[in-house]
Amino acid sequence: MKALFGIVLLLALVAHGTAVADDAKKLRLITWADYAPADVIAQFKQETGIQVEVTLSNNEEIISKLRATGGAGFDLAQPSQDRITGVQREFGIYKPIDLSQVKIEQFTPEILEVTRRNTTLDGKLYGLPYLWGADGLVVNTKYAKVADYPDLCRQDLKGKTSLRLRRPVLMAFAFAAGKDPFALYGDPKAYAALMESVGATLSACKSIVRFFYDNKDQLLNGMRSGEIVAAMMWDTGGWTLNRQDPNIQFIVPKSGAMGWLDTFALPARGRNDAAAYAWINFTMRPDVAAKITNSVGNWTAARGTENLVNQKFRAQFNASFPGGAFKDIHWYPAIPSGVEETEGRILDRIKAAN
Amino acid sequence: MMLAVLLTPALLWLFALIILPHVQLALLSFRERIAPHTYAASLMQYRTFFSEPLYWGVFVRTAIMSALATALTLLVAFPVAWIIAKVARGRASSLLFVLCLIPFWVSETVRALGWLILLRESGVLPTLLVRLGITAVPVELLYHNATILVGLVYTSLLFMVVPLVSSLESLDNSLIEAAYNLGAKGPAILRQIVIPHAAPGITSGCIVVFMLTLGNYLTPNLLGGKNSQWFTELIYTQFIVRFNWEQGAAFGFLLLALSTGMVALGLRVSGQRFVDVMRRA
Repeated sequence: MKALFGIVLLLALVAHGTAVADDAKKLRLITWADYAPADVIAQFKQETGIQVEVTLSNNEEIISKLRATGGAGFDLAQPSQDRITGVQREFGIYKPIDLSQVKIEQFTPEILEVTRRNTTLDGKLYGLPYLWGADGLVVNTKYAKVADYPDLCRQDLKGKTSLRLRRPVLMAFAFAAGKDPFALYGDPKAYAALMESVGATLSACKSIVRFFYDNKDQLLNGMRSGEIVAAMMWDTGGWTLNRQDPNIQFIVPKSGAMGWLDTFALPARGRNDAAAYAWINFTMRPDVAAKITNSVGNWTAARGTENLVNQKFRAQFNASFPGGAFKDIHWYPAIPSGVEETEGRILDRIKAAN
Repeated sequence: MMLAVLLTPALLWLFALIILPHVQLALLSFRERIAPHTYAASLMQYRTFFSEPLYWGVFVRTAIMSALATALTLLVAFPVAWIIAKVARGRASSLLFVLCLIPFWVSETVRALGWLILLRESGVLPTLLVRLGITAVPVELLYHNATILVGLVYTSLLFMVVPLVSSLESLDNSLIEAAYNLGAKGPAILRQIVIPHAAPGITSGCIVVFMLTLGNYLTPNLLGGKNSQWFTELIYTQFIVRFNWEQGAAFGFLLLALSTGMVALGLRVSGQRFVDVMRRA
């Protein structure tokens, strides 16, 4: 009988634990590494009394985790804007945003508009913009000269380049081939054909790349040590390397950089929406947003932070994007379902190619 | 009544954390998505596996590499176990055992990252090879199949040493002395006395190492290169990256079938009974 008593006691303890965690003064945030800097969390706690509990993740894991629980376990998530409507239609893991709770005037109107277009489903808005940046080329100018994505597959750079085998690389190489993959989203047949040809290009490129990177330290270390001289990479990574070694530069490829935009989205069964809205309004305040930009190294969606951010960062950004963000960057539109299945097959095939 | 109460936690554990999830996975693996929120019973996930050369290619590769890693582990672990069980005495024996154990105080991730630092082109070992004049330029030692094997053998050594030591310790030394007195030579003694006696230990070590290797995710992923996929990676990709739980569940069951099949085959070949072997493990 003692064992049974033990179990009951244990269950009671667990239940008690969850009851304590269910505090109204807690915001459970699932987000990317660096997106919620410690000093911003501390300031938020000081101003509102709400403790932010951060879980680090990425797009795929955010979606998978929320799907596994039907949208429970977190109060606020930060998926990319192109991954919201498709997933919402399929799994229903988010709830619509109540705009009356949001200080909408704090957002940059152009970016808000991009997000509104991409995250509206059946007339309801599911995402607000948070942070954006772009993938392009990072090159060590001491050892190599590159201008566009296909240069990473040049014979003279054999064993010295790197790519990440995920969908951005497919999109980038499609643009480099003179096609617009986003325009073909509505035409599955033509899209599959385009992906086939991009897949063939990348399979042929496989003997050139040193490795397909899977985590950011692997790539950054490779670039620092000179093992990798050119890679398709995200802007901040390039700027970080640039501060350590001026020979390493982030450049916008001839066929354009690939712009991503991460959002705020409310998980369907989040328990503390009030705290989530408070966090959104807090982080979009210009002084806080500038702090975040300085810490993460990307622009947020908040307006009026140009003069508050680190001016070295602003100079690096202006040098890398001479035409400005809305001319040099292709922004990812919402992904229709089915598209990723096609891409997945192509990516698997590239992995298997010899 | 007492027995039932004592067994309850174990049974609850088994049912809630092992059987129930597997039932759900089995159901998942036998269905197919037709439209949003609509699914139908289907064998499609298994058909995809057999019709896509990539998938069964990785499957077969993982099986062969795991078997190879198990064999290598046995080769490396046997002399070690022999020394611990038979040659070293008292404290020396315990000390050697602890030396085998110490690497496991560090997590697997850290150990794999340690290999990264040692083997990468700008790492310790290639630099040393250049200093010694063995190679002209630093060579990349990472991202080869051999690198994965080294990592896997290193990770699973302990799980082979422990059952081997326990089965060798019970071997009566006078048997070996008697064999020598009767004129037998080393290899004959090994073949006819030591190995038959240690067989249950060898088999249980091999089973444990093979299962650990087959289901390993971290080591092949960190040490392997662009051409060396492990089957567990495919499962992760299907579940997490592609959101295709149905395909991932089917892959999981195929891996389960593989490890069960290989263990049954190993028992059959070595002529061991599962119950005896498990008692040794």
